[in-house]
Amino acid sequence: MYKKILEKYEPKKENLISILHDVQDSNEQNYISDDAVWEISQYLNITPSHIHGVISFYSMFSFKPRGKNVIRLCESPPCFLRGSENILAKLRQLLGIKIGETTEDGLFTLELTACLGVCGNAPVMMINEDVFGDLTEKRVEQIIENIRRRAK
Amino acid sequence: MSLKRTDVLLCCGSGCVSAGALKLKEKLLQEIVKRGLSDEINIIETGCMGPCDYGPVMMVYPEGVFYKKVALTDVEELVEEHFMKGRPIKRLMVQESEEVYPTKKEIPFYQLQEKVALKNCGLINPEKIEEYIATGGYEALGKVLTEMKPADVIQIIKDSGLRGRGGAGFPTAMKWKFVYDQKNDEKYVICNGDEGDPGAFMDRSLLEGDPHKILEGMMIAAYAVGAKKGFFYIRAEYPLAIKRIKIAIEQSKKYGFLGEAIFDSDFAFDAEVRTGAGAFVCGEETALIASLEGKRGHPVLKPPYPAISGLWNKPTLVNNVETLANLSAIIINGADWFSKMGTETSKGTKVFALTGDLNNTGLVEVPMGITLKDLIYKVGGGISEGKKFKAVQLGGPSGGCLMDEHLSVQIDYESLQQKGAMMGSGGVIVMDDSNCMVNVAKFFLEFSVEESCGKCTPCRVGLREMYLILDRITKGEGKPEDLDKLEKLGKTVKELSLCGLGQSAPNPVLSTIRYFRKEYEEHIFNKRCEAKVCPDLVHFLIDKDKCLGCGLCAQKCPAKCIIGSREEKYEIVQTDCVKCSTCVEVCPVNVIEKLSGQFDASPKQEFKKYADLYE
Amino acid sequence: MKTLEELRKIREKAQNEMKMRNSESRVKVVVGMGTSGIALGARDVMKAILDEVSNRKLTDVLVTQTGEKGLSSMEPVVDVIEKGKPKITYGNVTPENARKIVVEHIVNGKVVSDLVVATKND
Repeated sequence: MYKKILEKYEPKKENLISILHDVQDSNEQNYISDDAVWEISQYLNITPSHIHGVISFYSMFSFKPRGKNVIRLCESPPCFLRGSENILAKLRQLLGIKIGETTEDGLFTLELTACLGVCGNAPVMMINEDVFGDLTEKRVEQIIENIRRRAK
Repeated sequence: MSLKRTDVLLCCGSGCVSAGALKLKEKLLQEIVKRGLSDEINIIETGCMGPCDYGPVMMVYPEGVFYKKVALTDVEELVEEHFMKGRPIKRLMVQESEEVYPTKKEIPFYQLQEKVALKNCGLINPEKIEEYIATGGYEALGKVLTEMKPADVIQIIKDSGLRGRGGAGFPTAMKWKFVYDQKNDEKYVICNGDEGDPGAFMDRSLLEGDPHKILEGMMIAAYAVGAKKGFFYIRAEYPLAIKRIKIAIEQSKKYGFLGEAIFDSDFAFDAEVRTGAGAFVCGEETALIASLEGKRGHPVLKPPYPAISGLWNKPTLVNNVETLANLSAIIINGADWFSKMGTETSKGTKVFALTGDLNNTGLVEVPMGITLKDLIYKVGGGISEGKKFKAVQLGGPSGGCLMDEHLSVQIDYESLQQKGAMMGSGGVIVMDDSNCMVNVAKFFLEFSVEESCGKCTPCRVGLREMYLILDRITKGEGKPEDLDKLEKLGKTVKELSLCGLGQSAPNPVLSTIRYFRKEYEEHIFNKRCEAKVCPDLVHFLIDKDKCLGCGLCAQKCPAKCIIGSREEKYEIVQTDCVKCSTCVEVCPVNVIEKLSGQFDASPKQEFKKYADLYE
Repeated sequence: MKTLEELRKIREKAQNEMKMRNSESRVKVVVGMGTSGIALGARDVMKAILDEVSNRKLTDVLVTQTGEKGLSSMEPVVDVIEKGKPKITYGNVTPENARKIVVEHIVNGKVVSDLVVATKND
């Protein structure tokens, strides 16, 4: 199932994290399934438990299915000082979910992240690979609305 | 490409992109095509120009006009007035108290800056190697490979006094010498781009804005220590930086800067990009190496240092992005040129990321030795919203907080350390007087608790214990012995942790206790938070004499704890209040006040107020 | 990449394309691009100048534009400004004599007097 991805890499253990990124990104639900872990372990000739260990160590990897759009709100101090808490409250209200949860329509997962390094435009969030800065409650509403509209 | 008459440099650093720079570019292109100006005007994406607060920013050459906060709705006017008719738009220029600053040269933000590492950032297209070459790029590599021996390169760097820009400030040449001295055919160079400190984004900006400079720096370092292979380890939170470095590597291969017999020498080199996956501790070099090997990013005991036994147990040089960014300039301009800048012990310049309650946030590069005051007030433009300066946090979660009496401190590695802060990677978070220092310390500690990899017990358990104490203090449940306990625990964690994370994580707490002890004591003994931040140590009061009785606050109160009527006016049932501030925001006549301290049911407070009055 | 000379050649070429971002230039050429200027062919004049400047690899010449100058009867109008010399204004410029201005005035330093409509000291 993941043959195409695996073949891009030499079967060396050092490529594990790169492979995990690709596998997760290729998955509709943004996660790494048990089947994938098994396939990778066969290809790299390492134990599934090692792979589990690595996945659980890095916060960007997930065992659980997630939404199409993973929202990562920056929780570091520069964003906090500029009101990321209000943004979090707004996001939770708009999406009707808590941190770590996924909306029922499978469109969004809400997560927190360490510093995104865009502190000059705090508060900031990242949706998949796009960064949104200078967030206000109104701007957040528009962004979520846009994604919802495009999904329809 | 044929010559055009106008170059529009559009900042596409992550800051400006997050503020909408890409949409702006699209709209500009549309407008230019619409008016048939495609043959005359170039739109060029550049890296970070610095003042992120102004984003999206752009510069229009040949005049060099600097525009800030350009909105989509400004595009038509911009093209019509400036690009067509040559009349720059004043409204979009930087202005401060009636003064208009048309070009970068005049803007106060840039005045005290001295750009070495950031020299090309914001001036060239980072995805075009030719533009880097035009600025003198790869000349240093050519010089090193055709005219110098590895030992000469190390000597120049040693004479320049360059120290590692990633945090600890270890002399770069000494690190190189360790690797150079190893007799081994297989050595590696790693560029540490796992910039995890909250509030730090200089490495991201460098990688995004001038990737070839970092690559050239890596190759110079590799030649000096005898490595043939390099890795860029970049955190996954920086997709644009990853993309730009990958492009740089490809272009560099095409031009033959990477590969065999570079500049007809014996030197061969290849570079690759690897990404992290969200783990702060991987910025520590041994953890980073573990991660590169495809493992959990646990740090290991040093020695042996990576210089002796690093990646796959081979001698490995790990250098920070900004360190590498300084190398080509030192080779070209000489050690003296570099060491003339800065202080006795800290040479050259340093890139800082200014954030927090400042007028000008953004990325700046200043000579070492500048005072905190100049950095905050002259470059940073002072505290925003006319508030008062309270504290500055330097060096991220490993650093410390300094206060107003330290504003005259010169910024160099030693002075900061002496005061209980550190240079760190260069994050500068400025806080005004609406911040509670206990809460700030708690916040930084929470970060370290979450990012502790869990290997060492003092770090894993000790930091959590410290966090719980701080949490209690902010809730008004602090005990008299808490401060001693925090200090003792902090020292223990520092002494008994294996890696830099644990060794420095207690710093924000220890430095705030050192400089803001009174504020802690207020929380513990008087149950008051002067900054009115800690919810359990504030309360809300409605001034019944002035209340209109409109009932809006009662309607909006999520806890339904405001009662009353038009006739009797409203009051808050203090025991049920959740301290959300909603009532303060909705009150049309602003008669609800947030007060420091817990609500005291006895009328003592009121009486005292009057007693004072009649004294 | 084999030699430093090879690198320097690439650099020279690249610098030529980026010279606009260097505020140090010897000569500034300003083309009037108001509505009437454009209507009378200022855009082609501009293109001719750019083409000539780029073909001759003149690295110290800046070409820029300005709005209406109130000389409608003489459009297209081109200013040539050199540091320390009076500003020369040419009128009724065609693409052909625009090239001539570049060659004669900017390269050889001889003002094309039959096209001059104004000379002004700063």
